Amino acid sequence: MDLLDEQDSLGQVKHVVLVLSGKGGVGKSTMTTELALALRHAGKKVGILDVDLCGPSIPRMLCVGQQEVHQCDSGWVPVFVDSSKSLAVMSIGFLLENPDDAVVWRGPKKNAMIGQFVSDVAWGELDYLLVDTPPGTSDEHLSVVENLRKHKLDGAILVTTPQAVSTGDVRREITFCKKIGVRIIGIVENMSGFVCPHCSECSNIFSKGGGEDLAKLTGSPFLGRVPLDPQLGASLENGQDFIKAFPESGTFAAINSIAQAVVTSTEAS
Amino acid sequence: MSAMSVRSDVPSNAPEHCPGTTSDNAGKGSACQGCPNQKICASGAPKIPDPAIQVIKEQMVTVKHKILVLSGKGGVGKSTFSAQLAYGLASDLSNEGVFPVGGVAGSLALSHWQPSMLTPGEPLCHSLMGVVAPVQQAFQLSHSTGERGQRWFNQNSSLSCPLSRSDPWRCGSGLTQVALLDVDICGPSLPRIMGLEGEQVHQSGSGWSPVYVEDNLSMMSIGFLLSSPDDAVIWRGPKKNGMIKQFLRDVDWGELDYLIVDTPPGTSDEHLSIVQYLSAAGIDGAIIITTPQEVSLQDVRKEIRFCQKVKLPIIGIVENMSGFVCPKCKNTSQIFPPTTGGAEKMCADLNLPLLGRVPLDPRIGRSCDEGRSFLSQEPDSPAAMAYERIIQSVKDYCSHRSRTHGNAD
Repeated sequence: MDLLDEQDSLGQVKHVVLVLSGKGGVGKSTMTTELALALRHAGKKVGILDVDLCGPSIPRMLCVGQQEVHQCDSGWVPVFVDSSKSLAVMSIGFLLENPDDAVVWRGPKKNAMIGQFVSDVAWGELDYLLVDTPPGTSDEHLSVVENLRKHKLDGAILVTTPQAVSTGDVRREITFCKKIGVRIIGIVENMSGFVCPHCSECSNIFSKGGGEDLAKLTGSPFLGRVPLDPQLGASLENGQDFIKAFPESGTFAAINSIAQAVVTSTEAS
Repeated sequence: MSAMSVRSDVPSNAPEHCPGTTSDNAGKGSACQGCPNQKICASGAPKIPDPAIQVIKEQMVTVKHKILVLSGKGGVGKSTFSAQLAYGLASDLSNEGVFPVGGVAGSLALSHWQPSMLTPGEPLCHSLMGVVAPVQQAFQLSHSTGERGQRWFNQNSSLSCPLSRSDPWRCGSGLTQVALLDVDICGPSLPRIMGLEGEQVHQSGSGWSPVYVEDNLSMMSIGFLLSSPDDAVIWRGPKKNGMIKQFLRDVDWGELDYLIVDTPPGTSDEHLSIVQYLSAAGIDGAIIITTPQEVSLQDVRKEIRFCQKVKLPIIGIVENMSGFVCPKCKNTSQIFPPTTGGAEKMCADLNLPLLGRVPLDPRIGRSCDEGRSFLSQEPDSPAAMAYERIIQSVKDYCSHRSRTHGNAD
């Protein structure tokens, strides 16, 4: 591919934001999906690039699992979630014949795939491209940052759960961001407290406040906390738009304010 | 788009139709023309297995059972489970022990053991039994003197060695020897969960000494090699593989009943490496951890595929975070709802054993954060009981396997 093509694929994308976490299962994909939906709700055109090659979750969360990727002159056409084409998705999940197929790849193949994802997808005009990553600080992360830096990269959102076992891993991710020069937009504390639907007692299943403490400790902005909400989990299982289904919930308000903070932070930079 | 291949032996700079470095056509196929690796492939060099695999096999002769803990999904509790499994196995006094008889690891159940089984000239293990108990108590005292005591205890591994490793002293103790290996290179959580943060690895003539949690429970993690909790391990695959190789080859594990390997999420470098390096030594099987919701199960199915592809036996599936009992009103809520039938349905579909379900309990997370054993802190909780049942199934599997496969492997 020549240089001109590369410039084209992300040429009309205004902001690129990474969603990172050192720890797995803290809700990176959930947060990416919900932020994308919240940004779309605010009238933005959004794209999601899922670079978790061994465990792509985004297609399932947006209920676009059985789609196929088509090719056009300017590259691969992302999958659009709705007819208004305001939310585009690209994931390795679309390239698998069987959803249970395992992608057993070592680093170099993953890097090549990510390189293609960054340079060969015809995103068109987007306000935000959110990049969902696997846990860790390894091949995928280095490759995606390397490839995106040629174009633009506004910064990274770090997701953690409140318990020390998780914030410990996210601390390492912060070091990773500092080392490779990625700006930290902020830290989100997910799964913060669970309100029992039977008696309204709030249990801190994974402790509480760890994300905020981490933000203070490392001098990073704290974007907010999202409670554990079985409704949110259920809506992702079914691929529903949580923001449309439960506009009254406290979780919705939390996600919305985080989305607002991301918009303010990226537009200021 | 066509289906993705799952070849792991295709270099990044190879042409599109590369036959793979280990195939018979390597270096000879039409696609190999002009490939920078053609000469190396044609020479047959990549087909020769890594010599480290044989070295690891010899190193692992003294390890009876090797168990992997896997999951396609992150944050489902692999490390938590590995830790509880290790604590559970290590706290078992009645189990079979490994006896260093005549310098070679022979093993037999404690109940069948007789003094006459010792070869002449060997130290009389059983006569030491009376001595071992008080010494052990003394060491436990040094444990309880707090962090400094513990640190002293661990650092003076020459002192802890007689009780915990290939020395005649330990064979009288009848303790199950357990070791934990954390191959999650980028996100090592086990040092914190085991309460060993800030510990360091010491080098001895026979290799790296693992860090001891208890006399019969040791562990190794990259976390012990980092100088600060902020340190990030920003490594690509080959460096991670090199580290895993060292963990297996250069750590002085001593005589072990169980080696539990905790892995990162996914089906990539770390997983391929550990399976490859242990291929000659033999892995007893893998325990796969999942949470009940479909988003997790879909990744776990990929992990099952991976196991089938690399011919790794699956001991069973554990469903973690299965329901939450409110501590106030005792009602159960499904925080991660099993919309597609949970692990039970997946196990039925794929014909795999479901080892058990562990409910969500805030105390599990707390004891992990504090580095204590949940099983000994809350032995009567439903979660601890679920763990105990699962640990028993794992033990049964391993003893059944060593009966049917012989003790040679």
